Amino acid sequence: MTLNKNDLRRHLSGQFNAELDAIIGQVQSMGRLVLDQLRDALKALELNDGELAVQVIARDAEVNQLELGLDEACRDMLVQRQPAAGDLRLVFAVIKVVMDIERMGDLAKRVAKAALESSGAPQRQFGSTIATLGASVLALSEKALAAFVAFDGVAAAAIKQEDRLIDERCKAITADLQSFIAEQPEATGGALQLIWAARSLERFGDHAKNVAEYIFYAVYGKELRHMSDEERAQWVAAA
Amino acid sequence: MVEQNNMDMSIRIAHKDAATTASTSPSTTLKAEVKGLDFWYGDNQALKNINMRIDESRVTALIGPSGCGKSTYLRCFNRMHDLQDNTRYGGEILFQPDGVNILARSVDPIEVRMRIGMVFQKPNPFPKSIFENVAYGLRVRGQKNRSEIADRVEQALREASIWDEVRERLEDMAFNLSGGQQQRLCIARALATEPELLLFDEPTSALDPNATANIEDLIHRLKEKVTILIVTHNMQQAARVSDYTAFMYLGELIEFGATRGVFTNPAKKQTEDYITGRYG
Repeated sequence: MTLNKNDLRRHLSGQFNAELDAIIGQVQSMGRLVLDQLRDALKALELNDGELAVQVIARDAEVNQLELGLDEACRDMLVQRQPAAGDLRLVFAVIKVVMDIERMGDLAKRVAKAALESSGAPQRQFGSTIATLGASVLALSEKALAAFVAFDGVAAAAIKQEDRLIDERCKAITADLQSFIAEQPEATGGALQLIWAARSLERFGDHAKNVAEYIFYAVYGKELRHMSDEERAQWVAAA
Repeated sequence: MVEQNNMDMSIRIAHKDAATTASTSPSTTLKAEVKGLDFWYGDNQALKNINMRIDESRVTALIGPSGCGKSTYLRCFNRMHDLQDNTRYGGEILFQPDGVNILARSVDPIEVRMRIGMVFQKPNPFPKSIFENVAYGLRVRGQKNRSEIADRVEQALREASIWDEVRERLEDMAFNLSGGQQQRLCIARALATEPELLLFDEPTSALDPNATANIEDLIHRLKEKVTILIVTHNMQQAARVSDYTAFMYLGELIEFGATRGVFTNPAKKQTEDYITGRYG
């Protein structure tokens, strides 16, 4: 049975409705914070703004606190409500998604560290490419978070394809940076930081894709993770 | 009469209409097939066209809100409604392996109760000793050999996981046992006559969590030996103990399927609303 967002407020227990609402609200807050973190980390990298990078690194503790709070809320939900069917799938999805968002926070921090340690020729040559990749990852992650908050399984299914494009672009950037290191070995340190940044962005996108996959599961009770493209297309068409 | 209905006697009797078995071609896993079952209390139709299969050596749970007909349905299986005036069955319950329609007028309800046992919400031991509670059904079915009765009583008490607790006091009155022990004694009483199907009508609703856990473990072990149909208001219990779950509402079978599927991704909105607390 498909889970609709309106169903969250249809329990006989108003308290149960409020608790589910609160959990979704907290996931949204945590997701927004992590997206802000990545946005600031990319800005720090682009502008070589060390102060902003340090702020990003420090603010990761807030992400970790939100993770602990959501873990506790989900534990309480399991103990007190013993959710079933769509509610169970949703709480299960939140438990998984929170881990992904926390890892996205760590990766934003990693990009901020690259901003602190990268400068010079690699940055001048590849800065805009990394910024473009970062913008794509941000856009994909915003869609994934929006799909989660809206319980939009169709939008979630589309994100998987977008993530593949990001993975391909990241591979290309990494290959270019490796060639750059071969040509200018004296800039190896800075170039390696950009490779780390690119890989962190690619991993960030992977976790965003996971977020989309879990809301698809919560909505339809169907695993998107190992679904073929054809099967996914059929599901989306049927939805 | 009531006492007889509250206990279980499982003398296997060759039914007159057992010849229908061949025409139904029962699968090896099918224990009972419910076909177009209707039931009326006077003019009030309590069950409406129920169609369902009960698999052998499996636990099937019946869930649904109060008044949905799940206990009425359960009681059809051992013809309990025959005790009430102005009630009427429609349709069939074909019991395997012989394919006899246990609702047929030609089938004696006492014979049905010999093959299909029942355990009730509240433990209802007889005002007899622990031993005699379990031996009673054996004596009723004509067993006289003391040694064989003693062996069978011990076996039933072991199967009901209560032997170790009562072996030293078999002559004590059954009422001296705790509620959980009394319920397991009632299960032993039902098992003594080797029923093919065991009906549980909210068997743990009067028990504490420990006694409930004991009964649930027991149900899990018993299904190897006997097919089980259980009515429960506790949906977590249905999820824990059953292989299949049937959701009923207003006398109709709304959804029936593997328990894991019903509780994680039900097919019908009414089921989803009920098990997630949105019913009303």
